[in-house]
Amino acid sequence: MDFTRRRLLLLLPAAAVAWKFVLAGTPEASPNYKLSEHWWSMLIDIPKCIGCGSCVRACAQENDVPEGFYRTWVERYHVADWKIERPEVESPDGGKQGFPPSESDGKNFFVPKLCNQCADSPCTQVCPVGATFVTPDGVVLVDKTYCLGCRYCVQACPYGCRFINPKTQTAEKCSLCYHRITKGLTTACCEVCPTGARQLADLKNPQDPIHAFLKTHTVQVLKPHMATQAKVFYNGMDGSVR
Amino acid sequence: MFKDTEHLVRLAVVMAIALALFAALRTALVPRSFGQYGHYRGAAIAETAARPIAFAGHDVCEGCHTDVVDQKKQGRHVVVPCEACHGALAKHADDPATVKPPKLDTAVLCARCHEANSAKPKGFPQVVTADHSGGVACNTCHQPHRPKIEDSPAKPATEARK
Repeated sequence: MDFTRRRLLLLLPAAAVAWKFVLAGTPEASPNYKLSEHWWSMLIDIPKCIGCGSCVRACAQENDVPEGFYRTWVERYHVADWKIERPEVESPDGGKQGFPPSESDGKNFFVPKLCNQCADSPCTQVCPVGATFVTPDGVVLVDKTYCLGCRYCVQACPYGCRFINPKTQTAEKCSLCYHRITKGLTTACCEVCPTGARQLADLKNPQDPIHAFLKTHTVQVLKPHMATQAKVFYNGMDGSVR
Repeated sequence: MFKDTEHLVRLAVVMAIALALFAALRTALVPRSFGQYGHYRGAAIAETAARPIAFAGHDVCEGCHTDVVDQKKQGRHVVVPCEACHGALAKHADDPATVKPPKLDTAVLCARCHEANSAKPKGFPQVVTADHSGGVACNTCHQPHRPKIEDSPAKPATEARK
């Protein structure tokens, strides 16, 4: 079969149509979900956390997080008597298998950590290619097909929430289980938390229980002096938490 | 008009071709959804949202396992979501006949939450498992869905306690 000029001209429009579909990407997964109607955040009730590590295990399973890396992790703080400015923090295997016995002196408590879904996030500001961004519903995501793996964002995050996936060599972080929350489910970590220490919250939903909680509790975000407009709110957080 | 205008025409043609080529390449290479919401590929949002889920969520479990829901309501484990212990079971929820949930080892599972640790909240029930049971599996005495022993009619419980 000859590849004539006529054939080429016939083929071009077909190729153009095919290319259009390639560029359009995958179709919308949840047709009833409106980006403009949500503003996602999370509430973490430190006095309720028992350090069981269920969230860390669930996160790894839900998001195929490689061994030794964490999209969420739990830290144990040990503030010895008279040493509030020098807390000892540990997180063996991200707290995935729980914690060994704690010191008996001073105070001890657990702090779950994850991406703070900053509205003014340092990580998205440094990305040279637009591979990471804040979605219109307030979640910081990574477009792994665009990520070059340059690690700028890993250094920029003041909370240490990002890592380079050793398999894909692209940046990875907590997506606030975006594939779940857009389907009306809660995140994997909130789903399995046995004490309700973690709660997904939609700040744009007036029915969300977070509004009643915020009215009656004193909450704080991590590193407020960084002015990142972090949206993970911690209740009962000790001043030693970094 | 100076004499070598032909040079300028050639240059203009070359530049026009270069510009056209740049415009064509840019249209072809920049994804259509880039810039839809901001300086990123808008389609990436839907792609992230399209990932399959692993945890079904307790509402789905409760749709079928109503007997367990009734049992849990009578004890303090009413607040513990199913998949906190049973693990990710979206596959089981999709196909309950072939995908069966794995058997659980209560000696490991219960201790994750209830092993005594001074960092845990004071009101949370904690035991030193070695002293409390001496390695006997927790479900020998406790019925996990309704863990308090007095009001638990669990089958082997009374025998094992002696």
